[in-house]
Amino acid sequence: MGSKLIIILVIIFGVLAIAQLVRVSELTAKHTKRKEEEIPENENKFNANMMLAFMVALYAGFIYIMLEYGYVDLGPAASTHGKDIDWLFDLNWIIIISVFFITNTLLFVFAWKYSRKPGVKAYYYAHNNKLEMVWTVIPAAVLSVIIILGLRTWNDTTAKAGAEYENIEIFAYQFAWTARYSGMNNELGRFDYKLTTAENPYGIMTKENINRSLSLMKVGEPGHNGIERLENQLNDRSIIMSAKDRKSLEVELGRKERMSRLLEAMSITYSDSLDDLANDDVIVEDSLVLLKGQNYNLSFRSKDVIHSAYFPHFRIQMNTVPGMTTYFKFQPIYTTNEMKRKLNNPEFEYALLCNKICGGSHYRMKMSVKVLEPKEFLEWQKSKATYDGTPWIKGNEAKLLEYYETIASRVVEN
Amino acid sequence: MAAAAQEAIHEHDHHEESFVSKYIFSYDHKMIGKQFLLMAIFMGLVGMMLSVFFRIQLAWPGESSDFLNMFLGDRWAPEGILNQDMYLGLVTIHGTIMVFFVLTGGLSGTFSNVLIPLQVGARDMASGFINMMSAWLFNISSIIMLVSLFVESGPAMSGWTVYPPLSALPQAVSGSGLGMTLWLISLTIFIASSLIGSLNYIATIVNLRTKGMKMTRMPLTIWAFLVTAIVGVLAFPVLLSAALLLFMDRVLGTSFYLSDIIIGGEMLDNVGGSPILYQHLFWFLGHPEVYIVLLPALGISSEIISTNSRKPIFGYRAMIGSLLAIGFLSFIVWAHHMFVSGMDPFLGSVFVFTTLLIAIPSAVKVFNYLTTLWRGSIVFTPAMLFAIGLVSTFISGGVTGIILADSALDIQVHDTYFVVAHFHVVMGLSAIFGMFAGVYHWFPKMYGRMMNNRLGYAHFWTTIVSGYGVFLPMHFVGIGGAPRRYYDNSIFDTFNPTAGEMMLDLNVIITVFAIIGAFGQVFFFFNFFYSIFRGPKAPLNPWRSNTLEWTTPTIVPGHGNWPGELPEVHRWPYDYSKPGAEEDFIPQTVPLKPGEEEH
Repeated sequence: MGSKLIIILVIIFGVLAIAQLVRVSELTAKHTKRKEEEIPENENKFNANMMLAFMVALYAGFIYIMLEYGYVDLGPAASTHGKDIDWLFDLNWIIIISVFFITNTLLFVFAWKYSRKPGVKAYYYAHNNKLEMVWTVIPAAVLSVIIILGLRTWNDTTAKAGAEYENIEIFAYQFAWTARYSGMNNELGRFDYKLTTAENPYGIMTKENINRSLSLMKVGEPGHNGIERLENQLNDRSIIMSAKDRKSLEVELGRKERMSRLLEAMSITYSDSLDDLANDDVIVEDSLVLLKGQNYNLSFRSKDVIHSAYFPHFRIQMNTVPGMTTYFKFQPIYTTNEMKRKLNNPEFEYALLCNKICGGSHYRMKMSVKVLEPKEFLEWQKSKATYDGTPWIKGNEAKLLEYYETIASRVVEN
Repeated sequence: MAAAAQEAIHEHDHHEESFVSKYIFSYDHKMIGKQFLLMAIFMGLVGMMLSVFFRIQLAWPGESSDFLNMFLGDRWAPEGILNQDMYLGLVTIHGTIMVFFVLTGGLSGTFSNVLIPLQVGARDMASGFINMMSAWLFNISSIIMLVSLFVESGPAMSGWTVYPPLSALPQAVSGSGLGMTLWLISLTIFIASSLIGSLNYIATIVNLRTKGMKMTRMPLTIWAFLVTAIVGVLAFPVLLSAALLLFMDRVLGTSFYLSDIIIGGEMLDNVGGSPILYQHLFWFLGHPEVYIVLLPALGISSEIISTNSRKPIFGYRAMIGSLLAIGFLSFIVWAHHMFVSGMDPFLGSVFVFTTLLIAIPSAVKVFNYLTTLWRGSIVFTPAMLFAIGLVSTFISGGVTGIILADSALDIQVHDTYFVVAHFHVVMGLSAIFGMFAGVYHWFPKMYGRMMNNRLGYAHFWTTIVSGYGVFLPMHFVGIGGAPRRYYDNSIFDTFNPTAGEMMLDLNVIITVFAIIGAFGQVFFFFNFFYSIFRGPKAPLNPWRSNTLEWTTPTIVPGHGNWPGELPEVHRWPYDYSKPGAEEDFIPQTVPLKPGEEEH
């Protein structure tokens, strides 16, 4: 309460103070016969000098902020394409900072230098085609360079992933992420949102899941109505319900019937061999763990609203869109430990953040990301089980490790 | 039709006007302009307050603030700590108010109305009645938007772009209930207001120019308003359709934007829609909207910089050409907002190309401003200060657009604070500077009195210092990878505490400047309202300007603007310091001397 009073008082006194200032200024204006439309010499001079002073302050502030907070400890790009992006960013940054300094300097210096002086008339100069051509052509030329370089990087970054890329699916929902690795066959199991149940939170498509969903649609999950119960309720004349309740039950029934028809269609066209794709997938909920040097093809999908998968350290961002799969491919080049050393920050970790407004807890939607050396990565893999409960790693571990070593050694520090 | 309307207005003038017909349901373009301005100032005040609320949260997250509790109450700021849903509500409504109600309705609405008939030499708008309708639809939509702040479940909370499915599903966030419905209704009415207003501006400029007012003799303000109105008429209907489809998805169970969704444990049966469709429709307006906001400000500053440099605007035809080029290009750049939306990357490359093209006419404008100042005789009226400020922010905000237009670089900075900083400098600051410049410059024409210059200087210097103080550091928050619309950046503490600390430091700097800037506006509010009643009486042509509005026999023209004959135009509006002339300005109504070249 006390501070509310203070806030109100400050505002009132502020307004009063300005009122008094205006009053004083008006009285002096009357006294000196000054008119508002005629800017006196001293005021004009003051504003002209302020232009220079402001320019200096602006540049000083800019340089200070840039030196002090330049990259906010983001660190170097930790992926191959990220290196290209950073190089391009630096180039663009140099160009735009030069333009910023040159044009702002011209602006403020002209404003200061050509302020009104007694006896000096402005120079009547209406146009000059040659000059205008110059400052059309020069920006056009610079921009062409920027466009060409930019599109080259863009095309490389967004080109389709080849067969050698490891597939991982990132699943987004309010307000967390889940990763699904494609397992030893490097092919992700199919999915359909209609198969989502308490036992199958990610809607993964297998024969068993389809049957479960169908039966749940008919019988109902605990606490939810299935088609049968809804029909019974609606047909039971002994139950008295309002027209509104009846309507909502009818809507629910209609929806469930439609869903179950779609599920039946799915069940008829489903080929049992597709189960194998899903069965060797590995679902990881706590963190995304990657192998240094491996090429990854990330696919993204969302359960509810649009999210955006943002890996600031890898220079990756892609929206996750309900009803649509999106992709991003990349190659991590520094392990978490290497990055800790580079940043001289033992607490550093990679992160996946949500970067599209998605609801109240948007700001807490994060998954930690780890990039490991081959040995650590293999150890981690061995601790994980596949969708059907078997170990992830089947076969010769030593050979796999050797393969991982060659992958990691592809990354050459330059 | 138009002639009949003019006649009717003339007739009307002979009657004694009642308070209601003069101030409330007025047909007079000047009064309507003032109505737009007052509403916009009020909305601007609200929008600014909302931004101060969420800036406090960002700089001092989780700390109790009586100030927040006082305004937001126990519902949205229990114990003085901002509710995380309401944070999104504040951000959303701040953006909506500033973009649509202040910088579109306020800027274009005010100055198109006040200046178009006066500067082309017409008695009023082509249709006074439609003009009044436009103003009242604007007022109604403003009120609905404000009301949405007070509903139980909160205002719209899906950002000012209201992307579905978030905005379509009340289960996703509480603001997508009644608050979102009101948002859509308000925006629909706003679009209607803007459309009929724009049609009126176009009709007036095309049909009602006075004798001698060739298109190539129109002031650049009028050119800017014309291009703005055309862009608005072509772009706003698309937003209207986007809003209607969203409305249908919300109310009628259609699936334009919805597909395969499970929300709040409920499986929706919407299949086949695409949220990307909404984004295309939205940004088809959304990007031209940036120029709807910016072009009037550029027109105003062209006029003010020329007048107060006492020099012709450099490259008049190039200025018109660049206005037209920007207007045209603004329609083929929209998808640069969607580089990481999942859109086909090839489509992305097309939009990189068109987007970077728009930098060329923008650069031409900047260099022409600089050359206009060069060897001028600059008078620093408050309007001139703001116009120069506009050129500076237009440069500083424009250059960072080059990074965002480059799709490869956009991957990293998309939706971070870098974007927020970019568009606040280039369209927020520039457009609001243009608006302030216009108010200071044409205040005498609107109210017949002068505003106080010294308060004007104080207002300008606090505003530009705090403006840059807020948005320069913000770029670096974004380069560090801080996503926008985060309630706080505490998540960084879990993986890189050093970065989190640095961001917090920057956020404190930003908020302190934001608060200083907010207090700086008191200079303006006070000056504005005080001068309406107490300011010194204005002379007929206070800035010694050439354009027609300063040729009326009374400083505040009556209904019909010029009693008797309309003025005749003989020259372009930029004959300042012309060699051979006695004065350093020659109004457009002065005939050419024998042998004098026009320009």
